Amino acid sequence: MTSTSIETPLIGDVQPSTSGDADGPLSEVRVGVVTFPGSLDDRDAMRAVTLAGGSAVRLWHGDHDLQDVDAVIIPGGFSYGDYLRAGAISRFAPLMEQITAAASGGTDALPVLGICNGFQVLTEAHLLPGSMIKNNHLHFLCRDQRLRVENADTHWTGEYWAGEEVVIPLKNQDGQFVADNRTLDELEGEGRVVFRYVDENPNGSRRNIAGISNTAGNVVGLMPHPEHAVEAGFGPDSSAREDVGLRGGTDGLGVFTSVLRKLVG
Amino acid sequence: MTAEAMARKFNIDSVANAAATPGQELPWAELGLTEDEYRRIEEILGRRPTGAELAMYSVMWSEHCSYKSSKVHLRQFGDKVTDAMKKHLLVGIGENAGVVDIGDGWAVTFKVESHNHPSFVEPYQGAATGVGGIVRDIISMGARPVAIMDPLRFGAIDHPDTARLVHGIVAGIGGYGNSLGLPNIGGEVVFDSVYQGNPLVNALAVGVLRHEDIRLANASGEGNRVVLFGARTGGDGIGGASVLASESFDSSKPSKRPAVQVGDPFAEKVLIECCLELFKASVVEGIQDLGAAGISCATSELASNGDGGMHVELTNVLLRDPSLTPGEILMSESQERMMAVVTPENVEAFETIMDRWAVEYSWLGEVTGTGRLVIEWDGETIVDVDPRTVAHHGPVYERPYHRPAWLDGVQADAFDAERAGDLRAAVLELMASPNMCSKDWVTDQFDRYVQGNTALAMPDDAGVIRVDEETGLGVAVSTDANGRYSYLDPYEGARLALAEAYRNVATSGAEPLAVSDCLNFGSPEDPEVMWQFAETVRGLADACQELGVPVTGGNVSLYNQTGGVAVHPTPVVGVLGVFDDVARRTPSGWREDGQAVYLLGTTADELDGSEWANLRGHLGGRPPALDLATEKTLAAILVNCSRDGMIDAAHDLSEGGLAAALSEMALRFGVGARIGLDELCERDRIDAFTALFSETQSRAVVAVPRSEEVRYNDMCTARNFPTLRIGVVDTENQALDVQGYFNLPLDQLREAHQGTLPRHFG
Repeated sequence: MTSTSIETPLIGDVQPSTSGDADGPLSEVRVGVVTFPGSLDDRDAMRAVTLAGGSAVRLWHGDHDLQDVDAVIIPGGFSYGDYLRAGAISRFAPLMEQITAAASGGTDALPVLGICNGFQVLTEAHLLPGSMIKNNHLHFLCRDQRLRVENADTHWTGEYWAGEEVVIPLKNQDGQFVADNRTLDELEGEGRVVFRYVDENPNGSRRNIAGISNTAGNVVGLMPHPEHAVEAGFGPDSSAREDVGLRGGTDGLGVFTSVLRKLVG
Repeated sequence: MTAEAMARKFNIDSVANAAATPGQELPWAELGLTEDEYRRIEEILGRRPTGAELAMYSVMWSEHCSYKSSKVHLRQFGDKVTDAMKKHLLVGIGENAGVVDIGDGWAVTFKVESHNHPSFVEPYQGAATGVGGIVRDIISMGARPVAIMDPLRFGAIDHPDTARLVHGIVAGIGGYGNSLGLPNIGGEVVFDSVYQGNPLVNALAVGVLRHEDIRLANASGEGNRVVLFGARTGGDGIGGASVLASESFDSSKPSKRPAVQVGDPFAEKVLIECCLELFKASVVEGIQDLGAAGISCATSELASNGDGGMHVELTNVLLRDPSLTPGEILMSESQERMMAVVTPENVEAFETIMDRWAVEYSWLGEVTGTGRLVIEWDGETIVDVDPRTVAHHGPVYERPYHRPAWLDGVQADAFDAERAGDLRAAVLELMASPNMCSKDWVTDQFDRYVQGNTALAMPDDAGVIRVDEETGLGVAVSTDANGRYSYLDPYEGARLALAEAYRNVATSGAEPLAVSDCLNFGSPEDPEVMWQFAETVRGLADACQELGVPVTGGNVSLYNQTGGVAVHPTPVVGVLGVFDDVARRTPSGWREDGQAVYLLGTTADELDGSEWANLRGHLGGRPPALDLATEKTLAAILVNCSRDGMIDAAHDLSEGGLAAALSEMALRFGVGARIGLDELCERDRIDAFTALFSETQSRAVVAVPRSEEVRYNDMCTARNFPTLRIGVVDTENQALDVQGYFNLPLDQLREAHQGTLPRHFG
């Protein structure tokens, strides 16, 4: 077949964005997005990085090379079908060894974000404490969720202010965050609860926790999907910041600009 | 030969054995064949079939695979297509799914299918594998699946068995679709006791591809290799096609073992990505998904669509269950499998991609020039047939049909019961009713965000998906059916279903382009049901011609009946439309204070078959009148309004009439409105009840910004289309205020609208 200008996109083939910071310093920042078998929101995470002005790099779970990326996103989906337990198989992927090692060196270590299934992978890999069990109502739930940013000092939340509210889509079946009370107290005490559900707890998560970080703040995991609130016209119908048009919510974009700005310094 | 294969030495009924033992009886009746059909197989072969051949013919000649009862009618979809209608068609009826040109080198493929019978027997797996099957049809065309929709019909909401089906079917669709990463962007949920023993579980999938990437199901090129890949073949779904989908449930017959397939969405997700890599690398010549009738279908269809010959060694098939007989392997409907044809030069490239995605594959044989499909079992020939006799030259029946005698009585029984005096209570009752209530409880269990291209989804009129991120080029899809209208008049019912789906797509702002249909009926052996079917096809084909939108493919589901009672004739019609830029799609709710609310179209007293009549337990009379020329003008106005930015919201009027449309528009963004009905009642000479509850067709409500009112009115005048200002959007007052009649606070309306499904199923 002769090469054509546009082809049916494969995973991670994100077309160049005209918005964002195409020529600025942010575009120098390379953010890797890992695809596992069964990853679903990997293209969406790459699009979010691009829209935030960074350069998205496709990473393959079976590789051993992080391709010199400056940060890593483990996207949502059902890696390995969530078989055995969500994230339980993916954590053994060759690339996860590299990520775990690179993320474990303090505040200058590799920034890592786990979204939904990615959060589950990070808990299985012990980069973050606790675990996710089935929603207390036992159903898959997709809805626009109001969250409060509790900690605006992590690598992934610097663009928000502590206490700020955001509206971000939530969609999962195993989203109930659980941990023992000592761990929960520790998370609260160290300010590592990064996002908390507001108004209504959608799944029974302990202490309304939607997202947490490690001690250094470079590793963050959350169940809602900020990458689905980054582009006006394709996000939620509302925003916590302003009155927006149909599907105009972009409250999640700050997660991606935060890490880019942090890395540019 | 592997040790495993060595162990599988059955008492093989080879072709040689069949020729030598002409008198041996085979269980053709148990496999669902009639005596005539069996004799015809003997005639074709010039001998008795082998067990394996009988298995193949029985599944491929089943109603589900062969369309033997419906074929003579379905021809109209092809016969009534004009050249103008074909303009956008890249692939028409007959392939796995139709392909439509949407411009800029992009194409879209879409198709709706049924999985009704399996979903009654095993709701979760039945519904899940229904999604899986339609998605594989889309992949087979070379497309990336980008969205799904699910039109669902259940029995009475308070019947003890309904909760089992609702929970299982909704969870099955979610469990499978969500795991594939496909946004679910719409569908229908209908409750009616006629579907009690026969729920209708239809699934529609949409795929996107470049023109040059279209793949067809054919095996050409002598010497090319045939490969089976994906999941292993197991004992699930054996005989599913011939038994489950083609026989009505009847407890007096000996029970045939339920044979519902079991789905593995993870395997399918991997299969999607792996197939797209195969397409991109151009390493497959032809490809076919394995659905009903499994390997029987894939080998015979690939061979007969190509050069006509194929040679297969069946012991090469990777099995989950080593005890399967050759006939069972040929009939198995194990999910998540594909068959492809690969040139010898591409074998290595093919294997590399399989290994990368850890997908299992086995080389079964090769394409030949003999014109015969030859299948061997450990070197012994067990099948030697002309593949076209299996795949294409099955029996065709001219089933007798006649207009039911009872229909005159039903049509004479017009709705003249109570017209509510308390309109406020009537609106609340309507909006809380099972068919009109909010379907959030269902749709919240589906992912509508994944892939990041969803521009509209439930509860808007159509689902809208962006195709090209650069230009905003995209598509809208809507599915509709009204079994009650079709029961009253199947010809009109089919036209009405198309008109509504067409109107929904136009209401969202897209130009309607093509149709896919799923025709759900009772037993074709009942001449009255057959008449309903014939009338439906005639009505749909006529209406397609009149609106200029071709049917590109679809599915027929017969035998949806329990005992002697058939479901209402239910033609589910999906319409696909195109946007040059999805940014201009129109939502179904208003938001801006002071915008004018206009009604497009006129209203007559048409309550027969309506949701209001349904709430009063009445079904009789004639469905609403339909003029497709009017419908076409309305669509042109709505598309034009979207293109020129003249409206900020639009909602079509269908079930529940103006009352439902106004309620839904107000609830969409929680913004109220003040509505006046006096002028409307005077113009159309109707009372307020009729204005609110009549289901007259070819109507829509739009919200027009003040600055656009003159332009809007001029356009309607120029097209000679009636429109009337009936109110104004009111953000201050959180209510639907129908002046002179009632003031309904939105909180109260919302509570009634949203409470119903959670109360029954939460």
